[in-house]
Amino acid sequence: MQDIANLFHGFAVVVQPFNLVLMVVGIVLGVIVGVLPGLGGANGVAILLPLTFSMSPTSAIIMLSCIYWGALFGGAITSILFNIPGEPWSVATTFDGYPMAQNGRAGEALTAAFTSSFVGALFAVIIITLVAPLVASFALRFGPPEIFAVYFLAFCSFVGLSKEPPFKTVASMMLGFGLGAVGLDQMTGQLRLTFGVEQMLNGFDFLIAVIGLFGIGEILLTMEEGLSFRGKAAALNMKVVLQTWAKLPRYWLLYLRSCLIGCWMGISPAGATPASFMSYGIAKRISKNGHLFGTGQIEGVVAPETAAHAAGTSALLPMIALGVPGSPTAAVLLGGLLIWGLQPGPLLFVEQKDFVWGLIASMYMGNIVGLLVVLTCVPLFASILRIPFSVIAPVIMVFCAIGAYTVHNNTFDVVMMVVFGVLGYFMKKTNYPMAPMVLAIVLGDKAEESFRQSLLSSQGGLGVFFSNGLVSTIMALGLIALFWPLIQAGWSRLRSGKLRPAE
Amino acid sequence: MNQTANETGGTGPSHRSVEIGVALFMALLALIGIYGSIKVGIGWGDEGPRAGFFPFYVSLVVLISCAVNIVSVLPTDKGRVFAEWGQLRQVLSVLVPTIIYVALVPYIGIYVASALLIAFFMRLFGHYGWLVTAAVSVAVPVMTFLMFESWFLVPLPKGPVESMLGF
Repeated sequence: MQDIANLFHGFAVVVQPFNLVLMVVGIVLGVIVGVLPGLGGANGVAILLPLTFSMSPTSAIIMLSCIYWGALFGGAITSILFNIPGEPWSVATTFDGYPMAQNGRAGEALTAAFTSSFVGALFAVIIITLVAPLVASFALRFGPPEIFAVYFLAFCSFVGLSKEPPFKTVASMMLGFGLGAVGLDQMTGQLRLTFGVEQMLNGFDFLIAVIGLFGIGEILLTMEEGLSFRGKAAALNMKVVLQTWAKLPRYWLLYLRSCLIGCWMGISPAGATPASFMSYGIAKRISKNGHLFGTGQIEGVVAPETAAHAAGTSALLPMIALGVPGSPTAAVLLGGLLIWGLQPGPLLFVEQKDFVWGLIASMYMGNIVGLLVVLTCVPLFASILRIPFSVIAPVIMVFCAIGAYTVHNNTFDVVMMVVFGVLGYFMKKTNYPMAPMVLAIVLGDKAEESFRQSLLSSQGGLGVFFSNGLVSTIMALGLIALFWPLIQAGWSRLRSGKLRPAE
Repeated sequence: MNQTANETGGTGPSHRSVEIGVALFMALLALIGIYGSIKVGIGWGDEGPRAGFFPFYVSLVVLISCAVNIVSVLPTDKGRVFAEWGQLRQVLSVLVPTIIYVALVPYIGIYVASALLIAFFMRLFGHYGWLVTAAVSVAVPVMTFLMFESWFLVPLPKGPVESMLGF
């Protein structure tokens, strides 16, 4: 009950005129970020982070999280109209969305996509409202070993659940930890890995890495592939919207399933992209129209969009409740918390009630505002893609550079951004996942601190990570996630082995 | 080299060699990490694990993973092309101006450098007329200036031109 009162208090904060304006600004910027190639949710938020330095933390998080919602919505526009996924998680939306647009049903596809996004996000926000306070109050009892175990679980899930080769995930993640370790050692105050280079004293900021890896790297990739936009014109009128809305309720089971897949994949840091593919794949297998998927089925739009949004939103749950972000964008938001002087983690629910509940309330409001904005402004956003890449590319570069500079008011960071950009280009081309690297840079210090504190209390014995039921359970879950591909392979071999004699 | 590449169409560095190159680069970083960690001490000090303890093991895992990645890529098809030379030239044609841009920022300020970068791209890739190019490449930095310096009060690097204008 206390939580409900807090939530309403949060709504009161959010509907202040200034915050409402920020919300609309954030959504519009977010959709633009989502529509443009080379700018994604994570580096869009990273670039715009400096704009919030002078705001109160609550207003700042409202604007930044709305940029995130906007980016989630925006990815669908380009997938459906141009067959170009603006974001990786909208790749699955192109399978049926673009054929629908080609058949002259662009309006229907867009309405279905936006509505599904909204439903997915709403479901995830409700989950966050109900579950996050419980998780946080539970996590207040965590000591260093438990905290390390949670990090362990998060990173193991990356290795086990990602579709990239596991050793590439490990290499990229551990490199991230290594980069995060450069500079001042938090515990001993000693300098390490700087090799006397003055610029490296502060270490590598993950915001620079995000802007370089996701921004510059993406532009280099786009240049290599060569861009040609052949878009369908689209205008949404009320009639199409209402007609589509009348159709959608019959897919309630599909919605529910996609929401659950999305939330599950979002909370474990697998993220929105695999969630959208999984949801699409399962919908294709179960639906009686499954064989028609790929030719413009509305279910083929509903399934991935719902799951992607549910995952994208629920990725904030572990960020709010535990201080462990579930996605790169959540990691950037977490970085924002640190810059605004808030300590992420379970204590946030106790010490920063206004902030947390303002954020949660803004998730409800932001998605409602977002739905209205995208439904009314599709032609406007689609026209952005008609600006030639030769104009957009340098402008994106300029904004990346500004974003990188403003993190520490340091031009060396801008150089590092380009280095990360080149690294990102090669990593992407050779299938090294970048999200684990970014999360490792963000969480490196905290993971290391909890690890060393745990070892300190046990005088160096690793047994401390299995010393009580709670920490053992989390560690065991982590190990299961780590070896999940092996377990799965072993299980299917076992089953086929058992089946064979019966045949 | 580029001439022949264009004639044959699909040649370029093989995917396999780039794959090995990336792994070797990461391994090099790992070795630097191991060296740096040993320098500050990887053992157990008075106040628990020393500063190099964590980065040492992390770098070690990177090194092992790189070895596995190199071994797993060795038997793959040598013929698969990483990218065609023409495509790589496209990439370089973006990367080189960006590097020059970044190098110029500390000296001439971000606004003038940005205007030059945008103008360069529009002329070279977009083949725009001078008038349009000038309009866009001046308008974007000016709007950026208003947004950051005036509206959100975030100072950006400025050069001689801005100080001449009195900022």
